[in-house]
Order: sequence, then C-alpha cells, then structure tokens
Amino acid sequence: MWKWLHPYANPEVSYHFIGKLLPWLAKITMTLLAIGMVWALVFAPADYQQGDSFRIFYIHVPTAILSMSIYLAMASAAFCSLVWQFRLADASAAAMAPVGAVITAIALFTGAAWGKPMWGTWWIWDARLTSELVLLFLYLGVIALHNAFEDKNLAGKAAGILSLVGVVNIPIIKYSVEWWNTLHQGATVSKMSAPSMSMEMFWPFVICFLAIAMLVTFVISIRFRTEILARNSMRPWVRELITAEGIK
Amino acid sequence: MNPRRKKRLTIVISILVGLSVVAGFVLYALSQNIDLFYKPSEIYQGKDDTGIKPINGQRLRIGGLVVPGSVKRDPSSLDVTFELVDMRMPIVFKDSDPVIKVHYDGILPDLFREGQGIVANGMLVNGNFIEASEVLAKHDENYIPKELADDMGEKHQKPSYSKEQLEEQNY
Amino acid sequence: MQFDSISAFFDMGGYAFFVWLSYGVSAFLLAALIYSSHSNHKKVKQKIALRLQREKKLRKAAQQNSVQAEQADSNTAVLQNLPKNSNKVVS
Repeated sequence: MWKWLHPYANPEVSYHFIGKLLPWLAKITMTLLAIGMVWALVFAPADYQQGDSFRIFYIHVPTAILSMSIYLAMASAAFCSLVWQFRLADASAAAMAPVGAVITAIALFTGAAWGKPMWGTWWIWDARLTSELVLLFLYLGVIALHNAFEDKNLAGKAAGILSLVGVVNIPIIKYSVEWWNTLHQGATVSKMSAPSMSMEMFWPFVICFLAIAMLVTFVISIRFRTEILARNSMRPWVRELITAEGIK
Repeated sequence: MNPRRKKRLTIVISILVGLSVVAGFVLYALSQNIDLFYKPSEIYQGKDDTGIKPINGQRLRIGGLVVPGSVKRDPSSLDVTFELVDMRMPIVFKDSDPVIKVHYDGILPDLFREGQGIVANGMLVNGNFIEASEVLAKHDENYIPKELADDMGEKHQKPSYSKEQLEEQNY
Repeated sequence: MQFDSISAFFDMGGYAFFVWLSYGVSAFLLAALIYSSHSNHKKVKQKIALRLQREKKLRKAAQQNSVQAEQADSNTAVLQNLPKNSNKVVS
C-alpha cells in the first residue's frame, strides 16, 4: 500500500491532484445537498410523537456522527505525523481541526434547538451532551496549538499530542447513553443492526449524511491545499505556480 | 533540534501530560455521580452500584416511565400529579413495580404522555413523593411516521393548555 | 409531499421556530466555513506572491548597486560587499 501511496505523498502531486478533484467534489456536494434537504424538509414523513420537529434529525445526526469521524481521522493523521515525521499528515490534521469544530458546533446547536421543544430544555449536563461539548473544546485546543507557535513542526507536534490524548473522549461520547443514565436517547442508526426507523425516514437520512460528508471532504480539501502552500512556500514549484497564476 | 526548542517541547509535553492526568482524576470523581437520575426502585433500595439512598428533603433527579392512567391534571391550573415506575425495554407495567408519585406545577414538554419516559428534577418528600420543579421528556430511539402510527393505533397528543391555565402561571 | 400548502410548510406543524433556526444556523455556519477556507487560500497565495515581488525588487536593486559600484572606480570595498549581503538576507 505504501508503494501505491508514495507518489501522492509528494506535496506538489497532492496539491494538483486534489485541485483537479475539487470541482467534482463541489458538484457532487451540491447535488446531494439539494436532494437531501428537499427530501428531509418536504417529503420525509413527520414523526408520530415529535411531528415536524423531527426534521432536525436530518442535520443533527449526520453532523454528530461526522464530528466523531473527523476527530478520529485527525488523530490518525497526527499519529502518522508524530511517528513517521510525515509532513503531509500534519498538514491534513491542521486542515481538519477547524472543519471538525464547526461540525461539532452545529451538532450541539441543532441538538439544543431540538431539545427545547421535545425534552423541555435547551441544555442538560448529562453524559452525552457534556462529552460532546468536551469534543468541541478539544477541537478548539488543537486549533489554538496549531497557531500557537511560529515553527509549524513544533506546533504540529503539540497539537498532535493533544488530539491523541483526546481520543479517549470518543468512546465516552459513543457509549455514554449505554453506560450511564442520560436524557439523550440511544442510537437510532448504527451499522451493527437495522435502524429503529422506517425506510421512508431512513433513506433521506442516508442522502443527508452523504451530502454533509461530501461537503466536509470538500472543505478539508481546500484547507489541505492551503496548508501545503503555506508550508512549502520556499519551494521552486510553489514559486513557479504563483508566478504562472499571476497573482498580485 | 536546538536546546531552546527541545526545552519548549518538554514544557508542552509536560503540560499535556499534567492536563490529561487532571482530566482523568476529574472523570474518575465524576463517574461516581455521572448518572443523571435515580430510578424509582433506587429511591427505595439505594443506587444500584453504590447503594446510596436519598434522604427526605434532598434535591434529586428521578427518571422513569409515566404509569398509564395515573396522570391527573387540574382543569383550572397547571398542577399535575403522576406516578413513575422503572424504565425498561420493552415497556410493560406490573402492579409489583415500586412507584414514586410526582407533583409538578408548570408546563409539560410536548413529548409528555402516559407510558413516556421522563426525567424530573425536584425534592424528595416522605420517602416516595417528589415535588418537581422541572419535568423533561426522555425520548426513545424509535421514530415512526405519523400515518403508520395512526394505522397501529398509536396516537400522540401533546399536552394542551387552556388560556385560563396559562394565565395562572404568571401569578 | 407532506404539506398541504406553502404556509403549512413554513409553519412546520407549529415547530417553525426550532426547525428553521436549526437549518438556518447550520447553513450559515457551513457557508461561512466554505467562504473563509476559500478566502484563506487566496490570502496565502497573495502573501507568497507579495514576497516573490519583494525578492525580485531587491535583486534588481542589488544588480544596479553592483553596476554602479563598478562604474564608480571601485575605490570603496564596502559598496561592493553590499549586494552580496542583501542577497543573503533575501534568501
């Protein structure tokens, strides 16, 4: 696998390769988002108890799942960069942190806006909500460390260590609803078993999840290219690129 | 690596290690009372894992299922009383279940109904009665389309309030 | 189609405030994220371009300096050293 990956581990090749992918990613994201949002808001059936407030599900659950997946991806990248001094991995970890923070913030906010009419409160300090809030602070800490040092190498190391320590939080978020008494309900959609919902509610969820996942990939790709440029600004290929593009 | 950088890295690492140790201790301390609520049976017998029993006058949270037929609402005010039993899946009610009575004077959340899981925040009185200051609905992970639920005969009506009842709240 | 009319759609079965608040805030945050990522990319490129321009100017100035120095009988060694120094600063 390493041999196959090797040409892509070159900053210049990755920069151009992802640059070619970007317009396609944008198109796929726009299409999926349009279908998903219309399906979720207009065509998906309302829940028998929650009525139309159930439609918040289609943003809340995908962002909540992605907030954890992005964190795991970021921590794996940080691990590669710490162990093998893999520069590109560090750049990708730095690109993922702000995106993860925004996705986590959306999951928390939509959860609050759903909790107010359904539970009767915007916020409660139960295990699930608290650990998800800790996840947001972890992201903010990682971002802060990435920007805390002039030396990108050192900053990457510090942020990498924090993100690795923070991995402990992920199983706590995932299993908090099983380990402790919480106000938050258990998982509706999981890979291990059939979802506890009908198919006409489940399919729009799949589309919405894919749409937001593609959007996340799109933004991370943009940020990843920015990180590559900033970290290789002295290299000849970057000079040639900037001169060729004629930026003033 | 030059010595100054090395020193800075050591400082950062030691801060991080220190932070994670502190976080670990805090989590450990919290794990004793990270549970959000008591179950009705735990009010009588003490917590399942620690055996701690709540005393009269203690503020606590209780979580359970609203017993069908136990909800009594005052027609002219927001006063409501209902009974709670332990939450379990699938939902069944037995006469032998330990029951806790709850009184609440406020607006119930939209999901509140008989047979629904709820969490109430309040004060324990007389060992089996709770004077609640807040009632929250606990949802399960099942979502059912409205039409399908109608066919199954599972209708949900959110609690509705008359003008008179809502006005009373302001006093 | 789950709604009878446009107004029923906007009303969201009485949950209009919470549903539209969630969708609105999420859309805003995601749009802001995309916009800031894009403009950040441009900013980094401009920064590099600016530095390249400055380098070019300095190099030109250095060349002119050395030409002038040769013309001015080269009686001061200091002037001749200057261009080399400024080159070093740049790279």
